[in-house]
Amino acid sequence: MPRHYWNHINGWLLVLPAVFMIGLFTHYPIFSTIYHSLFSTGTPTRPSIFTGLENYSYLIEDDIFRKVLMNNIIYSMCTVPLSVAMALGMALLVNRSIVGRSLVRMSFFTPTVLPMIAVANIWLFFYTPEYGLFDQISQFFGGGAHNWLGNPNTVLYCLVVMVIWKEAGFFMVFYLAALQQLSPELHEAGKVEGSSNWYYFRRVTFPLLGPTTLFVTVNAIINSFKLVDHLVIMTKGGPDNASSLLLYYIYENAFSFWDTSYAATLTVVLVLILALVTIIQFAIVERRIHYQ
Amino acid sequence: MSAITLTDVCKSWDDFEALKNINFTCEEGKLLVLLGPSGCGKSTTLRLIAGLESPTSGSIRIGDRDVTNLPPVKRDISMVFQNYALFPHLNVAENILFGLKARKVNKAEQEKRLKDAAGILGLDIFLGRKPAQLSGGQRQRVALGRAIVAHVPVCLMDEPLSNLDAKLRQEMRQEIRSLQQRLGMTMVYVTHDQVEAMTIADKIILMKDGGIEQHGTPAELYNKPATAFTGNFIGNPPMNILKPTKEMLSLCNTMIPDSVRGEKLLIGVRPENIELREEDGCEVTVVATEYLGADTLITCRVKEQTFILSRQGRLVFSDGETIKVGWSLEHTHLFNSADGKRIELQGGGK
Repeated sequence: MPRHYWNHINGWLLVLPAVFMIGLFTHYPIFSTIYHSLFSTGTPTRPSIFTGLENYSYLIEDDIFRKVLMNNIIYSMCTVPLSVAMALGMALLVNRSIVGRSLVRMSFFTPTVLPMIAVANIWLFFYTPEYGLFDQISQFFGGGAHNWLGNPNTVLYCLVVMVIWKEAGFFMVFYLAALQQLSPELHEAGKVEGSSNWYYFRRVTFPLLGPTTLFVTVNAIINSFKLVDHLVIMTKGGPDNASSLLLYYIYENAFSFWDTSYAATLTVVLVLILALVTIIQFAIVERRIHYQ
Repeated sequence: MSAITLTDVCKSWDDFEALKNINFTCEEGKLLVLLGPSGCGKSTTLRLIAGLESPTSGSIRIGDRDVTNLPPVKRDISMVFQNYALFPHLNVAENILFGLKARKVNKAEQEKRLKDAAGILGLDIFLGRKPAQLSGGQRQRVALGRAIVAHVPVCLMDEPLSNLDAKLRQEMRQEIRSLQQRLGMTMVYVTHDQVEAMTIADKIILMKDGGIEQHGTPAELYNKPATAFTGNFIGNPPMNILKPTKEMLSLCNTMIPDSVRGEKLLIGVRPENIELREEDGCEVTVVATEYLGADTLITCRVKEQTFILSRQGRLVFSDGETIKVGWSLEHTHLFNSADGKRIELQGGGK
């Protein structure tokens, strides 16, 4: 056989394990989900039948879905920019030579290594009415008791605060790594050229951190749709779905209500949202980012 | 007024003394080269002048101002870094104008200075490119452009040519020299390359172990090295520094005046000053010959000591051959072997 055929066969053999794994765990589930979303949920007495887009028309009229989607949008819009901005600020802080730098770095990073379940339990105590940490502080200064997690107006923002606390330290590590890659000579040139710290940050540091910002932002957005562990511990989506997020709603439909077809339909929506966000970020934002 | 004066400047990190009592003046409009092997403190000196480090003690003046405690931006200096320090995400024009924008110089003035600098450096067609799309020499020019548009009287250069290939280095050093003279800049230039120093400098300061070894014109350093180290560092191939053993003394016995004859001597002689002689020379053994095109380097041995002599043209000797050599008194440099300091020959030498 001619040599270049062997090259092709070799190449395919080499990628085969990866293709198999990605196919099995990524592509097959997506197509299977789309397929199942076009059928009704089968029961022992009423087998699953093809219903076309019926699940989707139900979804459009589903008030809870709309509420949950809106919750998730608010949740993402709060957690993503705030955790990324805090991560950058913390990285800038611990990249300088400050007193107790190792200790500060460690304390910023600690929330990341805790399991989400543990974090949720800690914060559940913080938010507990009357004898929780926040209420104790508030009562010390003469404030009243608050049912932070029981109030539909505050519950989502309580989760936002907790997730930022958990995530910012993780993103900080990426920023810190990127900052340490920047040549100190550039900063010296900036100083000689008379740039103020803010000017230098705006014109040089931040643009050069562009690839990191993109990576971190994509991850933050995906996480904001993906992390639901804390809901299971803290609120179960309540009160009145005020803290429910898309993935938790999918979980409820699939494993509490056993409406697997509708859960599949919701999953298709989630995948579409995430795919859209990623495409926008990589196609549009990436063109404006400088890679070294 | 832009003369640079360092007075009793010391710099140390913990218990490491990087600079010990540095005193010198770089006159206005002149090009001063800080020369020395790596670790000698030349870059530290430059960074002190720039304000990127502050001295442990001593004072630094630029013109009539004491700048010892001023940040770099207030010192009216520009600086070219070894790796150019170009901002990789900005194009050439933005890189050159970075400092002017930071200092909020008005747009029309920015445009004018950019046009001038680009014209001088031949960068007009590259203004829209990113540093990654430029060759080493072009990047070097961009870094120079940034120094030019600042319109400041003092320019500091930290090994600016060390990343370029030999041919380009020669071109660029001529360019830097003519630029410095045309714009009347006071320039302090750090290098470890003595050829670069010799060709470009008005004055050279040769440094060693955090101290100044010699401060003078290139000709002074070459013809009257103040120490054996200077003699050995300046010139290519370097000056031969020989121990006055019995054999070596006999080699030049007739030439060392009685007044300084002694045991604590080092004899320095440049390879190009050693002559091949027919009759009155001393016999030495050829160890190796290297033909360089214009010159031939001949390594010779007398007992345990070897030295190099260089002659123009092509000379052929076989290894182990015995030849006769000698040199005249005016080309003999004597150094004290204890501290390496030069010993003046009374009534002789240049």
